[in-house]
This record gives sequence, C-alpha cells and structure tokens, in this order.
Amino acid sequence: MKVCVLGAGPAGLYLSILLKRADPAHEIEIFERNAPGATFGWGVVFSEETLGELRDADYATFLRITDTFARWDAIDIRYRGEVLRSRGHGFSAIARKKLLAILQERCRELGVVLRFETSIEDPAELPEADLVVASDGVNSVLRRSRDFGTRSTPQGCKYIWYGTDLVLDAFRFSFAETEHGLIQTHSYPFDEHTSTVIVECPEPTWRAAGLDRMSDEESIAFCEDLFARDLEGHSLLSNKSAWLSFPRIRNRRWSDGNVVLLGDSAHTAHFSIGSGTKLAMEDAVSLANAFVRHGHHDRAAIRAALVHYELERRPMVDRFQQAAADSAGYFERVRHHTGLPPRQFAVNLLTRSGRISHANLALRDPEFVRRADLDFAGEPDRLFAPPPFLTPLQLGKALIPNRLVVTGDPRGAGLVRTAPIAVSEDGRITPETQVGVASYPVDAVHEAGALAMACLTHAGRRGATRPARFGVDVPLPPDEAWPLLSASAVSYGPLSQVPKAADEADLKRIRDHFASAAAEAATAGFDLLELDFAQGRLLASFLSPLTNPAEDRLRFPLEVLSACREAWPEERPLVVRLTVTDWAPRGATIEDGVAYARAFAEAGASMIHVEAGQTVAETRPVYRRGFLTALSDRIRAEAAVPTLVGGHLTSTDEVNTVLAAGRADLCLLDVEA
Amino acid sequence: MKVGIGLPNTTPDATGRLLAEWARRADDGPFSTVAVLDRLVYDSVEPFAALAAAAAVTERVRLATNIAIGPLRSAAMLAKQADSVARLSDGRFTLGLGVGARRDDYTAAEADHHTRGERLSAQLAHLRTENTDIELLVGGSSGAAFARMARYADGFAHGGGPPRAFASAATRARAAWHDLGRPGRPKLWGQGYFALGDPDRGSAYLRDYYAFTGPFAETIAAANLTSARAIKDFVRGYAAEGCDELILFPTVADLDEVDRLAEVLA
Ligand SMILES: Cc1cc2nc3c(=O)[nH]c(=O)nc-3n(C[C@H](O)[C@H](O)[C@H](O)COP(=O)(O)OP(=O)(O)OC[C@H]3O[C@@H](n4cnc5c(N)ncnc54)[C@H](O)[C@@H]3O)c2cc1C
Repeated sequence: MKVCVLGAGPAGLYLSILLKRADPAHEIEIFERNAPGATFGWGVVFSEETLGELRDADYATFLRITDTFARWDAIDIRYRGEVLRSRGHGFSAIARKKLLAILQERCRELGVVLRFETSIEDPAELPEADLVVASDGVNSVLRRSRDFGTRSTPQGCKYIWYGTDLVLDAFRFSFAETEHGLIQTHSYPFDEHTSTVIVECPEPTWRAAGLDRMSDEESIAFCEDLFARDLEGHSLLSNKSAWLSFPRIRNRRWSDGNVVLLGDSAHTAHFSIGSGTKLAMEDAVSLANAFVRHGHHDRAAIRAALVHYELERRPMVDRFQQAAADSAGYFERVRHHTGLPPRQFAVNLLTRSGRISHANLALRDPEFVRRADLDFAGEPDRLFAPPPFLTPLQLGKALIPNRLVVTGDPRGAGLVRTAPIAVSEDGRITPETQVGVASYPVDAVHEAGALAMACLTHAGRRGATRPARFGVDVPLPPDEAWPLLSASAVSYGPLSQVPKAADEADLKRIRDHFASAAAEAATAGFDLLELDFAQGRLLASFLSPLTNPAEDRLRFPLEVLSACREAWPEERPLVVRLTVTDWAPRGATIEDGVAYARAFAEAGASMIHVEAGQTVAETRPVYRRGFLTALSDRIRAEAAVPTLVGGHLTSTDEVNTVLAAGRADLCLLDVEA
Repeated sequence: MKVGIGLPNTTPDATGRLLAEWARRADDGPFSTVAVLDRLVYDSVEPFAALAAAAAVTERVRLATNIAIGPLRSAAMLAKQADSVARLSDGRFTLGLGVGARRDDYTAAEADHHTRGERLSAQLAHLRTENTDIELLVGGSSGAAFARMARYADGFAHGGGPPRAFASAATRARAAWHDLGRPGRPKLWGQGYFALGDPDRGSAYLRDYYAFTGPFAETIAAANLTSARAIKDFVRGYAAEGCDELILFPTVADLDEVDRLAEVLA
C-alpha cells in the first residue's frame, strides 16, 4: 500500500519501520519540517515493560536503542533539604536526538523515503495515498484539517524543559521553597554527558515569582540559583526552551476515512509520568499489527485495521491519561503535602498516579518500604513494623488496634461502625432504622478485639423510605410514612415527600436529641462517636447551597457538634462524616469541604469521615476504585485533620497505599463476602 | 455466567413469524434469556410488543429489554407495558432501562431530551413504588447513570465493548452500589453483537443502525463477533470479569443464526 506519513517523530518513524518490515512492498514517504538533526527537548525515559514491547516489535531497533541507554534504578527525592532514595524502578533513557537518529537510519535501511525540511501547512499538499498517518505531534495540522472531535485542555503546572551537563545517577525530584510557593524539578540522565531538568510550578507561583516576565537568560539564572544544590555548580542549558502549559489532547475518533492519528496527535499524557514516547511507539506497534491481521488489499481492510488499532489502544491510553491527570494534579497541589514527614512525602509522591502501590514498592525496594512502615508505626528503631493497615492508631485517648473499619462483622477489623442510628423516630431512614443506641452489642465488638463507633444520624428529607434492599430513596406509602424535616422545603428525589423547613423550635429539639443520643452512646460503652453530616441527610442539608439558602450554613451543624462534644466524654474521639463536595453544579465544592472540615476540627471533631455527593438526587459522581481517596488526601492535607475514607477500596494493598502515603488514617474496606 | 440471545426486533424485515420462531428456538436452546433492543425511528418492532409475542411461544427463558429507552414513554405507560409483559410471561420478565443515545427518537416521541436523566429516575422511582416484583436493570456510562442504577435497580446493563471495557464499568457499578448503601452486589449484564452466517451483512447492518454516531459506527461494526472463536473468546472474557448474564444480539435476522450460536455455546 502507499503510505504518506506526516511528522518524523517517534510515532511516524517507528510505524514506518514496522510496516516496511512486515511488507517491503509498501511505499512509505515521511514528511518532516525539521532538518534530520534538529529537535526540541533532551532525553526521553522508557520503563522495562516498554522495552519488552520494543524488543518483540523490531529487534534491530531495540539493540541500537539499548546500546546507547543511560540506565538507573533509583528515584531521589529532595525535600526539606534531605535526599531520600527509592530503588528498583528500572528506568532507561535516551537522548531524543539519538533516538530519532536511530529510527531514521533504520527507516533508510528498510527503504522508507524521508523528506526533511518539508513543512506541510495544508494537507492538500500531501500526495495521494492509501493510508495517511497524522504523526505530526500535539499541534497536528492534519488533525485540525478534519473533525476528530478534538479537545485540548491545559493540565498541571507551568513548565520548562532544560538540559544540564551534570550527569545524575538517578531520577530526581527536587522541591524548593520560595516566598512565592513551591517550585520543583523532575530531572534524569540520558547519556554520558547530559541530563534533563524540567522545572515547574503552579501558574500563580510562576507569576508571583516574575517568571512570566523574565528573559530566557533571567529565567535560567533564577532556576540555576534556586536548584544550585542539585546542579552542583553545573549550569542549565536551553534548547529553544520556553515556559509552557501542557495540553491534554483527547479525540473522539482516532481515524477518519484513511487518515489516522498516531502518538501525540491522538493523545497526550502529562510528562510527569514520562510516557509520551512510549505511548507513541506502542501505537505504532498496534497499528502495524492491525494491518498484519486485517490486510491492506482494499479500503475496507484498511478501515478495519484502523478501527482495530483504536479499539485496542484506547483503553490503555485512557488508563495512562487518568494516571497522568492524577500525577499532574499532584504536582499542582504538592505544596499542601509539605506537612508530611519526609518518607511519607516520598511514598505519597511515588504512588501519586495510582500505578504503583505499597506492594509494588515493597517488591522494588524492600528496604525503603521497611523503613517507611517503621516510620509509619512511629517506631523507627525496631527491626520490623506491621504493614500500615495493621498499625494501631492513637486518636485522642482511644487506641484503635488497626486501620480497617467495617460496618457489620467485627472479625479482623480495628473499628466497627454501627448502621445509622436515628436520634429520634422522625429521623429514621426506613422503618427498620434503629432509634437510640440502647440495644447495640458493644461488648461483642470489644470481645472481637475492635473498638465500636456509634453513628448518629437524622435522615432529614431522605427519611421515610423503604429498606435499601428494595432500592434507595424509594418513599414509603403515605400511610406508613412520617413527616420529614430539612433545611428547606424541597423534596429529595422523584416522588419523595416535601419536607418541612426546620424552624427554631425544630432545631433546638434536634440538637437536644443528638446530645442525648451522644450521652447514651457514652453510657453504652461506645469508644467513638460519628455524627452524620453527609449525603443529603438533615445536617448535610444545612451545609449545601443547593438545599440551604441561608448565608451562615455552618451555624446549625456547629451547634449540634458542640452540643454532642459536651455530652460525649472529652477523651473519646468524635468523628464527623462529611460530604466534602456535592458533585453537582452550584453545589458545595471541595474548597467548601476543606473549609467545613477545618471548622469542625476547630470545634472539636477528631476526624473527618470523607464522603462526596448524594446531597441531591441528580449528581455527577465519578465512580472508580478508591474514588474518594484523592478527596481525603486534600482534606487531610489542606484542613490538617485526620481522615477516614472508603470509596470502594477492595484490597489491603489499596488500603496500605492510602495509609502509607498519608491520604487517610483509617479505611473502610468493601469486601464482597 | 448465563448467556442469552437477542431477538432481531431492530433488524429490518424481521417478520412476526420469524420473531416468534426465533424465540421458540431460543427456548429450546441453551439460552437463559431472550432480549430486545429499543429504537423508535428505525425499521423495527416495538420491544414490549416483541416480548409479548415471545411470551406466548416460550415457557422457560427470561424475557428482557436490554435496554428500553424509558423516557420515550410516560412513567405510567412504561409501568403498564412492563406489567403486561410480566403478566403475559408469568413473571419471567427483566426490565432494562436507559436514556438511549438518539435525539431523533426523542423528537419523534415528543419527549424532552434535555431532562431525560431526571425523567428516567422518576420512572424508576415510580416502578419501584408501584411494583416491587419486576427485576430492574439500568444502563449508561455516566456517573449519574451509575448512581441511578444503584439507587433504584437490581443491576447494571453494560452497553457493549471488549471484556476490559465491561470490567471497568463493572467496578464503577459496584462502587456506586456500595456508595448508595445497597446490600450485596449489583447483577451485571453484558452484551455483544454476532453474525455467524453472513458476517458482511451483519456488519453492514451495524453500520446502518449506528450511522447516527458518525464514524464510530465503523468501530461498532468492526467489533461484530463473526467467528466461533471470537464468540468463545468474548464469552470467556466476560465470564472472567464477573459478568452474570451476557446477551448476544444477532445482526442477521436468519433463523439459522440461533442454531449456529447454540452450537458454538454447546
Ligand atoms: C517536557 C516534556 C517532557 C517529556 N518527557 C518525556 C519522557 O520522559 N518520556 C517520554 O516517553 N515522553 C516524554 N515526553 C513526550 C514526548 O516528547 C512525546 O510524547 C513524543 O515525542 C510523541 O511522539 P510523536 O511522534 O507523536 O510526536 P513528536 O515527537 O512531537 O513528533 C512530531 C513531528 O512532526 C513534525 N511536524 C509537526 N508538524 C509538522 C508539519 N506541519 N509539517 C511537517 N512536519 C511537522 C515535528 O517537527 C515533529 O518532528 C515529554 C514531553 C514534554 C513536553
């Protein structure tokens, strides 16, 4: 087939190699605007896994690439003046220039026609072909010339890509405090003379530091000065380097007719997970294989191959884009983590994108994890510590024997939550909701080795519904229902009863019910008390602008908290279960959630149980494994309060990762018995 | 994992006789369920009518909409239709609902497209309040759809795709289920398209049926399962990801397809 490739980056070159190898009869022509040796950037990183794929795809290229590799296995993290090293990560890097030279050479050997210094501004200039490949990068002109449903959004910090003649022996993250905020580098070696140094910081910091107005030389001088300790007297090198915002590219379609997007033109993944070149080259492998599978004898076969390629690659790319978004967000907000002890800060950094877990780290670097676990257990001088989920938590005077929280069967758990207990008859969720703590088997929980937490609720406008096995928020028949109360007279879901807006007398009564239930819970021997300020129940309805038009939305919840704090023994912890974002337009945001958490902590809450959504019936939740973890991380870091989090954590490894990274202090585990 | 078969009610030219015979053969075969799709502006048989016909000639199989586009009907009309099929089949009925993807169906039904999500929620609340016996599934891929599923339904109906796509949707369904405080776990249904006899005709049908999605129709057509091996891999993949019931929808309305599929699954 006749193939026209626009852009001689890793994607276009590698695809040409693989196609030509599979069938030398292909006529392939590549158009590239730059000269053969001219390129932006410095080095690119590959993981072991990617190398395996390259080995299988074209051994000749693989050999040449790996011959020139800089290899290392450590990640160094410079934070608060200390450098922590984590090993076992198995990276390789190569100069982008070198990589391109190898791919170009291989193309020539195989008979691919390369046309350098040919800038294509109008796709109509391209020759007729059976297949047209848009491998012309982030700003692809070919992509712009058609409707691929492209969305481009800036992601993460402002960054600049420098080189240096210092040769590092590890990947290095370095965090520097300035009066304008935290500025950090990502650096790594890529040949025997040179390393890459990417400097980045959030846009407000960038502006406040004046970096937006500096000349190239001033900018280099600023960064050299700030990271002098890392550079060890070496200088930063510019290669048309400029401060940029990273655009996240997504496309609804990756092909249109016989035009296909490959590499950065199809998708980008933030550089902080170092996967752009890998994804570009894996795209090439997948597309080349698709032609082996479907052939290229006619238009239909070519279409089938293009569709196959997209179907195969998309799930993989989605996963990397998700990880990249998490990573970019992490670096944008990393200033909030400066309260973490160094080793926990390091674990938080290493596990930021969800691709590395506590167990993965322990395999890569047992010593690092052993010491992290010892620090976590607060006993750095011992030889071994239990894994984080088995490490006790001292909360006030309560010693919770381990970090697992369950509702139900206490065996193995550190803390058992009761099902919601209503503080009054009219606060029940369903007719089966228990009222008052009296009959709860606290002793049985203690005998099983766990502590017991009483969860007090008032259902508010989500009351008088059928039990959850028949669905949630399904109203009882009118003759079985009871009148509901809320912050305003708006019903919750379709067919739900319209509640009465609570008046001052109602509020006083409810506050007293909470306080007396708290006192009863103390007498009944509960170790912790949880107040339900979450998920659209009565107290949550006061906190959301969607359900409470009043200015001071914190007033009543704080009154209830104070009343309970007084009725509940001082030395026993009090937990507030809080919806930290409504996940709905015009609802409370995570910034509100942080402010609320801070206010409750000041008013005597020992811990926040992080929840999200359900304030109103129609919301936009983002469900996945650990969907509340990032929110818990923000509450814990930004409101400086311990947290309990669930959000579909399904394994002890996930729990260990959340805990070791300091994203929460206790975890609810979802197990399907 | 159970495997069901689709009834070709949205395949042009399928006659009443063919649909009835199809259901009868499926009742004899290894299939757990006979399922239908819903599409208003297309040469097709209305899903509840198709299932009513199937109910009359079957004894064993479950009958399911997978899915019906709820908001095209009023809540009361939908409940009536569902109730009727449940009654005609002695309770062998599963009602899968979603908002669908086609604006033209809403225009034709004079139903508001903008509020479709809320209307589906209202219908589900209505069904749950009026009749607790019918098994309910909800499909859709937005967070709101998963929440709706977990709030009202018994399970989740996935819209199709490779097993990996099903797996990630299944995780989201389970997460939503726990988040809404439902006990146990949601039932998980998957689906795929197949054509064993005349793959080109099947794929051409999918291209036409999904023409409204633009170039994406190609993607769906290319995923058509056209060999015994592809079907077996697909079934194995779904079983491995914890699917409870997988429905294979025909893309060719030829009665031999039922037997061919039965043979592959045997
Ligand atoms: C700061 C930073 C750090 C990165 N670090 C890493 C890393 O560590 N590891 C990693 O794997 N990836 C990294 N990447 C990403 C990586 O550079 C890209 O993902 C990768 O180069 C994509 O390859 P590509 O072939 O799709 O596009 P490109 O490499 O961008 O190639 C596109 C080519 O098309 C040419 N071109 C464009 N338009 C035209 C035109 N109109 N006419 C003719 N020619 C044209 C360009 O000159 C270029 O040669 C990083 C990116 C950035 C910005």
